[in-house]
Amino acid sequence: MGKKHQTPLLDELKKGKWISFVREMERAAEKSERTEDLLGQVEESYRDKVNHWKHGGMAGVRGYGAGMVGRFSEFPDKYPGIKECHSMRIIPSAGFFYNTDFLRKLADISEKHAGGLLNFHGATGNIQILGMSQAEAEDVFQAVAELGFDLGGSGSDLRTPSCCAGQARCEFANYDTMKICRHLTEEYLDELHRPAFNYKFKFKFSGCANDCVASAARSDLAFIGTWKDKIKINQEEVKNYKKKFDVQKYVLDKCPTKCMWFEGENLVIDDENCVKCMHCINELPKALKAGDERGCSILIGAKAPLVTGPRMGMMLVPFYDVNEDAKNDYEWIKSLISNMWEFWDEYGVSRERIGELIGRVGLNTFLEGIGLEPIPEMVEHPRSNPFIKFTEDED
Amino acid sequence: MASFVYNGKTIETDDEGYLQNLGDWDKGLAEVLAKQENVELTEKHWKLIEWIRDYFQKFQVAPAIKSLTKEVMALENLPDKKEANKFVYELFPEGPAKQLAKIAGLPKPTGCV
Repeated sequence: MGKKHQTPLLDELKKGKWISFVREMERAAEKSERTEDLLGQVEESYRDKVNHWKHGGMAGVRGYGAGMVGRFSEFPDKYPGIKECHSMRIIPSAGFFYNTDFLRKLADISEKHAGGLLNFHGATGNIQILGMSQAEAEDVFQAVAELGFDLGGSGSDLRTPSCCAGQARCEFANYDTMKICRHLTEEYLDELHRPAFNYKFKFKFSGCANDCVASAARSDLAFIGTWKDKIKINQEEVKNYKKKFDVQKYVLDKCPTKCMWFEGENLVIDDENCVKCMHCINELPKALKAGDERGCSILIGAKAPLVTGPRMGMMLVPFYDVNEDAKNDYEWIKSLISNMWEFWDEYGVSRERIGELIGRVGLNTFLEGIGLEPIPEMVEHPRSNPFIKFTEDED
Repeated sequence: MASFVYNGKTIETDDEGYLQNLGDWDKGLAEVLAKQENVELTEKHWKLIEWIRDYFQKFQVAPAIKSLTKEVMALENLPDKKEANKFVYELFPEGPAKQLAKIAGLPKPTGCV
């Protein structure tokens, strides 16, 4: 197939030595008319500085209220290939591990039904097959199911939980992110497939404060790996690092709470003032390691700037012994989640995220509603004052 | 825009099949719309259709899913909202927004779905 539409603006995005989504789409367009039309409309969107999808639009498969995101072109006559251009979300494997056989088969499905385009993975963490029509949806769903995969979340439901590669690939992981991610995904499949919430709800699991899945900024309930005891120091390795670069300048001086210093040749850390930011461990991985009492912190209420402004998660549970709870099938966290959802369902209004609800009713009321005792560690961010005024007769 | 003829009258719908003129709706038309959706209407379907139409007449907006599931819990004597939501999908397999609202003659529910 030749180039059906002229795309001078998109051509700009192919310049340079970097990976270009335009180049990838053009490669797919060689085999697919619908992707050619998609390029035409994207060019027009860049020219007009608005996107040309119609507002709203529904797509789906039988039995599920979620998993597909409807897109209809504003110019179906000009771009018939993308009159309908829905995306299908597929729950990824925890940690994003696949075998090549699956990838090849998925690519075949996408070439047959969706112009050869995949989003791997989107910001939601899902695999997305982009650009199918409603008439093809059921076939694609069945084909994906045969590969052992299921549809993800969309709309006002539990969105597909997502996690970092955790202990499978990373020495920093403080807990098994993949295990809890998979467990909660399977536990809450109904909430994922049939939207019944006020608005979306997201879990994300990061093994440490490097937060590779950006859970603190993007998820209603963020699980971020941390430890309780002291950072373990290997002084010999510290000395080796000192020979290689200026440890004072690049590590100690950059510590947010300035809780590290040298006494003679030895590195000393005041662990009580450590906020577990991971900077020193990232810089000196051979010399420093997280302590042995590992678990995670739970942050609540992060969201992007829709309805009210953006917000980061606030500390809800400073230390959740996730490794211990894993032995009980995560009973503790599941009962907390169920209390939260009950409260949100009862008192939240339509399109109100849980963080906004807490802002509206106050943390006190929320904690009472979900049956969690307030503690001074529940703060907006490290070193800020707690929301709650504790009186002397309280512990 | 699309249209079809029902009882000698042209019925206009949007591209996705929702009625343009809500006054066009009657029970016979609901049967026609249900057929287009491959849904066979039973007494259980009608209960929900009547409830959602009453709700719309009162509030001029389609109900939130949680109101619908609460109603279904009461109507069908189900133990929790999760079961109620599953029941709704058994009656309307492509979901309440897509099928129940359409068959009941409501405009397309808005929102990010």
